Amino acid sequence: MELFAEQRTGMLVVRAMDDRIDAAGAIQFKERMRELVQDPSPRVVLDMARVTFLDSSGLGAVVAVMKLLGPGRKLELAGLTATVEKVFRLTRMDSVFVIHPAVPEALRDAV
Amino acid sequence: MPCDHGGLCGLTAGQAASGYDTGPQAGPARDAVARVVIASDPLAVRQGLGVLFATPLMRSLSADDRGTAEIVLAEALNNIVEHAYATYPGTIELTLTCQGASLCCSLIDHGLPMPGDQLPAGRLGSPEDLAEGGFGWHLIRTLSQDLAYARDGTRNRLSFRLLTGQSGA
Repeated sequence: MELFAEQRTGMLVVRAMDDRIDAAGAIQFKERMRELVQDPSPRVVLDMARVTFLDSSGLGAVVAVMKLLGPGRKLELAGLTATVEKVFRLTRMDSVFVIHPAVPEALRDAV
Repeated sequence: MPCDHGGLCGLTAGQAASGYDTGPQAGPARDAVARVVIASDPLAVRQGLGVLFATPLMRSLSADDRGTAEIVLAEALNNIVEHAYATYPGTIELTLTCQGASLCCSLIDHGLPMPGDQLPAGRLGSPEDLAEGGFGWHLIRTLSQDLAYARDGTRNRLSFRLLTGQSGA
């Protein structure tokens, strides 16, 4: 599970480089994210544009990462592909994340 | 359109496949059956789905139908790996047949039976509770039709249909 983290002003952008977050990779995803979110950035954005498939184990791992952030921070998601979006929508978990169509320009440009 | 031969969805994998092989349109129909045997670990499930979705049958579906099929099949397979084969390893035989506007799916394993020989209800909790599990059967039940489970001796057989060619499904 390859994750690429970039620090921006006031935020950490983590790009998932693999095309799947599934039962075979969910634990590794969570552990890698646990390390990355030690960064104290007030906002954490997970860029999922390359992820074409997410199963319920992957969804559970994303929820777990949200909880790792603690009460003061929310996990924001960006770039959900069609099948990933469907899993979030059908489980109604799209209601508990801030979901951006893509990593917002303002964030991308901020240094 | 409902499944043309609804009964076929309930046949075992071997019967369904041989029915096609001896049929009058055995040539093109051969592509309408896909079967993979998957070992009971998560990486094998990932690889098995990769093989399955490279078959002519799955490649003939729309991107939306493929996405739906991958969600349901992955959840069904992962459930078997995690629960039916929780205490010993084994294999899962997955057979898909195309029947009109339906993709008939059959999964056979030799693992432990479902608790009470029944399928889980798959009720979703409140999203705000931030549960990290309990999504799988909800997804299967939401996206499939004619979901059925049978314990047959030492075998579990799960079958369902997926509607294909639905716009905006």
